[in-house]
Amino acid sequence: MTSNFLKVTIERGAGAKNAQRVFEVPAHENQTVLDVVSWIQQCADPTLSYRFACRVGMCGSCAMMVNGVPRWTCRTHISKVLDDNAVTIGPLRNLPTIKDLVVDMDPFFDKWVAAEGMHHGGRTREHPIAPVDEKSAARIEANAGIECINCSVCYAACDTVAGNPEYLGPAALLRAWTLLNDARDEGREAILDAVSDKSGCHNCHSMGSCTAYCPNELDPMSAIAGLKRETTKSFLGRVR
Amino acid sequence: MNAANGIVSRAHPLWLAYVLHRLSGIGLAVFLPLHFWVLAMAMTAPARLDAFLAMSGAGVAKLAEFGLVFLLAVHMFGGLRLMALEWLPWRPSQKTLAAGAAAASFLIASFFLLKAV
Ligand code: HEM
Ligand code: SF4
Ligand code: SF4
Ligand code: FES
Repeated sequence: MTSNFLKVTIERGAGAKNAQRVFEVPAHENQTVLDVVSWIQQCADPTLSYRFACRVGMCGSCAMMVNGVPRWTCRTHISKVLDDNAVTIGPLRNLPTIKDLVVDMDPFFDKWVAAEGMHHGGRTREHPIAPVDEKSAARIEANAGIECINCSVCYAACDTVAGNPEYLGPAALLRAWTLLNDARDEGREAILDAVSDKSGCHNCHSMGSCTAYCPNELDPMSAIAGLKRETTKSFLGRVR
Repeated sequence: MNAANGIVSRAHPLWLAYVLHRLSGIGLAVFLPLHFWVLAMAMTAPARLDAFLAMSGAGVAKLAEFGLVFLLAVHMFGGLRLMALEWLPWRPSQKTLAAGAAAASFLIASFFLLKAV
C-alpha cells in the first residue's frame, strides 16, 4: 500500500446526475469494493444506499459500475481496480437508478420472462423423470450457461441495450439458449418465437462486452449466436 | 469522470472490431454514391470524366480511391469475420487458432505487399 487512505468517489442520487461525493476510506491489505462501500455507509455516511446479500458471488445483487466497468463488487479486490489510489463507483448502467447505488432490476427480470426464460415442463409427478444424457452436445451447451447468477453485469456492459431499451439483452437470451438445449424443457416453439421478434437475438452485434465482463466467465455472446442459428433454421424450415 | 460512461473501459478486441465495422460501413455508405456518380459521368459527361481522370492521377483523388478500397476491405473482412463467428459454432480454442491463422496470413500478405511496392 502506497497510502493509508483510498480516495473513493461515489455517484449518488437518482435524477441528480453526477452528484458525486468523495470519501477517504482507510486502506486494508484485504478489501473488496463492497467492503469499501460498506465502510462508507457504516462509518462516514449512513444515508448511502447500496445492495448486497451473500458477499460470496452467489446472489448477484451487488453489481456496480467501478471505474466505468460493471463488476460484482463482493468478489472484486480493490487493488485490482485502484487507479492512482483512487476509484469511482456508480450505479449499474442501463437500468433506472432508485437511489445512490441501487438500481431497479425489474426491467432486467421482466426480460427473462419475455424471453421465455422459465421452465416449460410437460410432465407431471406421475411421469418418470426425464432422462438427461450428460455427454450429449445439447447438454454440454446447456451446462455452459447454468451458472448465471442474474447479476446484470452483462446487461450493463451491452451497448446494444444502451441503444435499444427494448432489446432482451445477453442474460435473458443466454437463459433462453440454455433452456432450448435442456432435454427436460418442452418450450422450443415458444422460446424461438420469443427470441426472434424485434427485441430479440438478431439485435446483437457480437461486440462481446457481455462475455468479456461476465464475472462467472459465461459466454452469452456465443449463446446468442446459437439462437441466431436456431431461429434462422426454424424460419427457413417454415418457409420451405 | 462518470463511472457509468467509460468508453475506454469497453475497448476490448471484439468491441473495437465492432466499432471499426460500423465506421467502415458508414464510410462506405457515404463514399459509394460519390464513386458511382463519378463513374456515371462516362455516360453523361465523358469530357468531364476525362478531365477528372487526368486530375485523379495524382493527389487527393488517388488517396480517396485508396480510402474506398481500404474501407471495403476492412468492412468485408469484418463482415466475413462476423458471419464465420456467428454461423459456425466454434469452440474457444478453435477461435484462438483461427484468429492466430488470420493474423499470420495478414502479416505474410502485408510483407508481400511491401515487397511489391
Ligand atoms: C463487401 C461485402 C460486405 C459484407 C461481407 C458486409 C457484411 C456486413 C455485415 C455482416 C453486417 C452486420 C454487422 C453487425 O451485425 O454489426 C454489415 C453491416 C453494415 N454494412 Fe456491410 N457488408 C458488405 C458491404 C457493405 C457496403 C458496400 C456498404 C456500404 C453501402 C455496407 C454498409 C454497412 C453498414 C452501414 C452496416 C451497419 C453497421 C453496423 O450495424 O454496425 N456494407 N455488413
Ligand atoms: S455480444 Fe450481443 S449481447 Fe453481448 S454485449 Fe454485444 S451486443 Fe450485447
Ligand atoms: S450471464 Fe454472467 S454477467 Fe450476465 S447476469 Fe449471468 S452471471 Fe451475470
Ligand atoms: S453480494 Fe451476492 S454476489 Fe455479491
